[in-house]
Amino acid sequence: MLSLWLNVLASGILLGLVYGLVALGLTIIFGVMRVVNFAHGEMVVFGVYIGYWAVRLWDAPIIVAAAIAAVVMFFFGYLLEALIVKRFVNRPHHYQFIVFIGLSLLFSGVLLVAFGPDPRPSASLLSFRTVSLGFVTLDLARLQAAITAGVLIALLGVYLRFSSLGRALRAAADNRLGGLVVGLNIPRVYAVTFGIGAACAGVAGALISPLFDAQPYLAVDFTLLAFVTVIVGGLGSFSGALLGGLVIGVAEAIAALMFTPSMKTALPYALLIIILIFRPRGFFGAKEI
Amino acid sequence: MQKRFDGGPEIKRWLAGAMVFIVLAFVGSSADPYFISLMTIVLLFTFLGQSWNLMLGIGGQLSIGHALFVGLGAYSVGVLYVKYGISPWIGLFLGMIIAGSVGAALAWLSFRFEVRGIYFALLTIAAAEFARIMFSGWEFVGAMQGLFFPAPTGAIEFSMLRGGARFYYFVALALAALGIIGTELISRSYLGYVWRAMRDDEPAARALGVRTFRHKILVISVSAAAAAAGGGVLGLVQGSIFPDSIMGMGLSVDVLIGPVVGGLGTTFGPLIGSLAAIPLNHLMSAIGDNLRIPGLNNIAYGIVLILVVWFLPDGIWPAIVRLCKAIQAPSRLWLPHLRKAEE
Repeated sequence: MLSLWLNVLASGILLGLVYGLVALGLTIIFGVMRVVNFAHGEMVVFGVYIGYWAVRLWDAPIIVAAAIAAVVMFFFGYLLEALIVKRFVNRPHHYQFIVFIGLSLLFSGVLLVAFGPDPRPSASLLSFRTVSLGFVTLDLARLQAAITAGVLIALLGVYLRFSSLGRALRAAADNRLGGLVVGLNIPRVYAVTFGIGAACAGVAGALISPLFDAQPYLAVDFTLLAFVTVIVGGLGSFSGALLGGLVIGVAEAIAALMFTPSMKTALPYALLIIILIFRPRGFFGAKEI
Repeated sequence: MQKRFDGGPEIKRWLAGAMVFIVLAFVGSSADPYFISLMTIVLLFTFLGQSWNLMLGIGGQLSIGHALFVGLGAYSVGVLYVKYGISPWIGLFLGMIIAGSVGAALAWLSFRFEVRGIYFALLTIAAAEFARIMFSGWEFVGAMQGLFFPAPTGAIEFSMLRGGARFYYFVALALAALGIIGTELISRSYLGYVWRAMRDDEPAARALGVRTFRHKILVISVSAAAAAAGGGVLGLVQGSIFPDSIMGMGLSVDVLIGPVVGGLGTTFGPLIGSLAAIPLNHLMSAIGDNLRIPGLNNIAYGIVLILVVWFLPDGIWPAIVRLCKAIQAPSRLWLPHLRKAEE
């Protein structure tokens, strides 16, 4: 019994790290630009398709697929910000909401036209292999995804803290006007931010491509999951996104063990409401939003 | 204060409104059934848009999960009528009470610690999704199989709110008129002034003695109750209730597209916006289905939404008003600074 619980806990933590990466993308974009990316789930699904095709066409290892997704999605996010999103950064939230809903409809439409509505199971054999570590038996695909996500989160944290661009990002997040005064190139910082956010989503998508069937309709679920994760962790907080991802991942895994499947999907929301009763701004929420 | 684009003296505006509704009533008594059913949906979303607009335009609180309240209203009507044969009037009333209380609870939960803005908006989405998933798994309300109203016999039963397509058109028309008049009356009442003051500057309103915490809860629960009434009628009109369509994120989006596209804070904005957006969506879906390319409608609708917000930042209705003024005095077209000075 104990080993069953340990297994469930471990697989929850592993998937939670990937959720954390998705949420990190959302939270970085929000923290710097004060924009909520409602098309985040579509970006995750782009990543899933990149992973799917990389494995299918070149039989690429999942790390390579993730690297491709990172590069492609970074430029995608960069261009999207520079061409469209930047025009709406200073508009009220409900206008941004409509724009992002428009983008998300557009993206899911493109995915539907390109790949059709049917789910495509991954060609990767990774999800059938396991690693045994004493008490727990881990699914190799999850383990690889989690390690990659964990390393990336750590690298991103170091990069944001110590590189000059990372400092610029944090400065713009703290005080946009101040950043402009000291000569930050705010439009470029915003475009890079959006690129990083999109890359996080894309990489997470590529990493989970062996676990989920590639399907355009996954996008809404991922968007909502990312929202719940960042609200639980605290919108705009780096460590909050990570912790939120772990909490949601573990909660989902435990719920899958104890309840019916529909309860499993409802649990993150129930958890969110419970957490908001006690910590209204999430674990690491900023004082003023 | 939000700018008023409707312009013109009081009496003229009421007359113009009355004219619009007389025309719509004529349309209802003559047009063909397909057009009637499309217009019924347009009018219902006009009303839902009004209810949403009450919350943001007057109360200053953004909701992107209005499907929660719409769904609660629809399910109250559906469960009482389909399971127990109780009149939808009672269902509507009950739905308004339930949605109002849920809205108040949500507001209380969030505003206790000054959580507001986008945080509150995300919370409304999360609550709507939670409700959708719960209703999808709840056998008593039909779960994923949904609830079906018995097919209409065509006979009009006012006490049971049952009738044909034309009957529901007039119900929706009455509801839309009620929404416009109600919004007007509320915004002129004591509550309207208090809520607008709170929207514009909350600390200042509080300094003047407005209990903003209570008023925020009140405005959200009034808006939620109105949305539930619209949802109840929407369920009756559609003849069936499924959790994914009545509580899904798509419905929340449809509710707010009308007012934002039409013009926020204007009386006719939600009507014009719904009139533009809903038929467009149907048209795109029909084209996509005909060409057998799923997703084509999403692409077209998505692009149109982005373009409208991009090029008509105030919405369609203010643009029409400006165009009319420009026709009256053409100099405004090439002397935009005059227009600016006036506004």
